[in-house]
Amino acid sequence: MARALVNVPARARRGEIIEIKTLISHVMETGHRRTQDGATIPRDIIRLFVCTYNGAEVFRAELHPAIAANPFLVFSTVATESGTLALHWTGDNGFSVTESAAIVVE
Amino acid sequence: MQRHASRREFLRAAGGAAAGLGLVSLVSVRPARATPEAMQEAIRKVVGPARVTPGRVKLELPPLVENGNVVPLAVSVESPMTEADHVRAIHVFTERNPLPDVLGVRLGPRAGRARVATRIRLAHTQTVVAIGELSDGSFWSDSAAVVVTLAACLEEA
Amino acid sequence: MALLDGAIRRVVRRLGAAVVALLLGSSVFAAEIPRSQRRSGYEFMSRETRAMQDDDTANPGLLWVLEGEALWGRKIGAAGRACADCHGDARAGMKGVAARHPAFDAARGRPVSLEQRIRSCRTDRQQAPPLAWESRDLLALSAYVARQSRGLPIEPAIDDRSRPFLESGRAAFHRRQGQLNLACSQCHDDNWGRRLAGNVVPQAHPTGYPIYRLEWQNLGSLQRRLRNCLVGTRAEVPDYGAPELVDLELYLMWRARGMTLEAPAVRP
Repeated sequence: MARALVNVPARARRGEIIEIKTLISHVMETGHRRTQDGATIPRDIIRLFVCTYNGAEVFRAELHPAIAANPFLVFSTVATESGTLALHWTGDNGFSVTESAAIVVE
Repeated sequence: MQRHASRREFLRAAGGAAAGLGLVSLVSVRPARATPEAMQEAIRKVVGPARVTPGRVKLELPPLVENGNVVPLAVSVESPMTEADHVRAIHVFTERNPLPDVLGVRLGPRAGRARVATRIRLAHTQTVVAIGELSDGSFWSDSAAVVVTLAACLEEA
Repeated sequence: MALLDGAIRRVVRRLGAAVVALLLGSSVFAAEIPRSQRRSGYEFMSRETRAMQDDDTANPGLLWVLEGEALWGRKIGAAGRACADCHGDARAGMKGVAARHPAFDAARGRPVSLEQRIRSCRTDRQQAPPLAWESRDLLALSAYVARQSRGLPIEPAIDDRSRPFLESGRAAFHRRQGQLNLACSQCHDDNWGRRLAGNVVPQAHPTGYPIYRLEWQNLGSLQRRLRNCLVGTRAEVPDYGAPELVDLELYLMWRARGMTLEAPAVRP
């Protein structure tokens, strides 16, 4: 089961720029590596990361094989209102993980 | 990822690069490597016919990495991030990884700050390029040269 | 001609002396690193890698700690038992455990590593299928347990029962082996701080295991690292769990006694 570590401040002032740190376990197999017998190990990566804030998309990242294993992404967003940040990773072989974090904005 | 460079162009470029570094060009069974031309093409795909101006973008990479498997990278673009004037996207490319594309990020005024950080893989000592696309349609860039050494004791696969 | 011969002979003699010194070196100079000079591998890393370790929201090892926490509470096996059922809250129950392992196991009559202890519990107490060496679940549990000793001094208990195994580990550390005819002490006691092919040679203290190693892009145990080194020096590599490896682990932990445990650490 993929594990994700999401760091979102629990509270923020309205208008404050908050930093969100995400870390998810994934091998990010490049598709360039070969086994001892020379067969290519097929690509298996996370391809897309999307963050929505109360349903509205605030950040999107397309990942390529050059992103290191266990992808780490840090980005920011403006704390506009209380609610939920949803973080969604999708990739090869039907990979799909969603994590949520609540935020109180005063 | 399409690479349209013909075999002859690829070999010429690879040989030229190797000769430029004073190395003997090697024939290896490793997968074809992106060339500076392939990177330019990948950039063109994103930027179109627009001009890319160096500046306003800051690419942070360690000059000497401990291990090419995990290299911390950060890109920031100077911008007020308002509705009228903000960064729409940030793209990162490499010159000598097997594929030129690394990361493509979509931002907007809701980001507050145009800054993204991650960890990337670098296959060789090379130049990394970051491109920022602004809301007015202009493109800006920064590049960084990185030295990648191999670990001393390589494990059996 | 005679002059050249004489010069060559002098050079050969000098080289010979150097070779002899090197041969003697492994026994004469391989003294234990004085306590005041003991440094964790952390101190030999770049600023960026250190930052990766220090930030619990950026340290990939924490992903395994999270998984371990989930496994800790999960009832499994014919016994339908979770780790928590016997050991309670790991934060209290497992505090100091990783810092004391390898520890003497009376039933086996020898010291066992933390991973061996977890594997025994899994089969004997939980009556569940064994955890494979370096498997995700074993690494998650050992990362979770080791995390509970973070900040504590390394202090494996040595008494009359475990002393012979400590001595066996010490001998292994100082023994030349493999095609390169190298002893661990030659790099890690005599030449720490110097560079080997672009990397700094650390003192080889197991202060952070299990570690997230950038080279592996994965979490791994001390035995994995030891086996890597043996491959690197072209020596025979014992299987996971082999007594020689556990004895060496015991010696390394004893050699690092008093140093702070940093698990799960990040290393290049």
